[in-house]
Amino acid sequence: MRGRALAIALSMGAAVLAGCGEKPQTLDAKAKGPDAAPWAASASSPFYAADWKGGDKAAWEAQIRTRNQGQNDYAR
Amino acid sequence: MARMKFICDAERCIECNGCVTACKAENNVPWGVNRRRVVTLNDGVAGEKSISVACMHCSDAPCMAVCPVDCFYRTDEGVVLHDKDVCIGCGYCSYACPFGAPQFPTNGEFGLRGKMDKCTFCAGGPEANGSDAENAKYGRNRLSEGKLPACAEMCSTKALLGGDGDVVADIFRTRVLNRGKGSEVWGWGTAYGKPVQTSMAAPTEVKK
Repeated sequence: MRGRALAIALSMGAAVLAGCGEKPQTLDAKAKGPDAAPWAASASSPFYAADWKGGDKAAWEAQIRTRNQGQNDYAR
Repeated sequence: MARMKFICDAERCIECNGCVTACKAENNVPWGVNRRRVVTLNDGVAGEKSISVACMHCSDAPCMAVCPVDCFYRTDEGVVLHDKDVCIGCGYCSYACPFGAPQFPTNGEFGLRGKMDKCTFCAGGPEANGSDAENAKYGRNRLSEGKLPACAEMCSTKALLGGDGDVVADIFRTRVLNRGKGSEVWGWGTAYGKPVQTSMAAPTEVKK
């Protein structure tokens, strides 16, 4: 009987002291990072450049080069 | 692989703020936030120069280095982006940035700041390319549409060049050679590092 009371008292004490502990504050959220490469095909976008379709890396790079030359008034 | 960079040609910029307007319209940038702005040096003095300034997507970005929650990342194209779900709006990046790029929308009373907002090189954010969620948080993802940033493509005098670093540098070099002046590219060295001079005639160490 006495041992049982002691066990109950100890467990209650442990439960009370548990409230004094600290919550973990580790940083677990990280930047998700890039979702997909820009040339990856997404749902058919109405905003795709007129002469380009998504899904081809080489075509995307060629498209970007072409658009870049649009800024070059010595090449027009 | 293209390495995206901006160049602003101060000889051509006429301070029209077309780039600022294009950016705000394309990305639905709210009042009080300017991802891009035009800065005029020696304003009102003969020979004044204007440059269009935004995030330069630095090679060694100081904002990435100081962010306490690590919300920045760099894409394979060299575009420095951030995740607004992770940003806590502390403002460290704005102190670290040499271009004043990070912007903070006023979000409530007592000067409470919202999540940081900055130029994305029209490349959106971590959400799916072209999705509504990406558009709402970061604006248009023009790169994934096969286009370049709206500010550069809309520039009426083609002062602001944006795109593959090698290509825009070539365009700028051609201009400078043709006009014979105005070779200064303000911010280029700060953002992308000083060019390394390698000379064939460099003195060799003589063994004794």
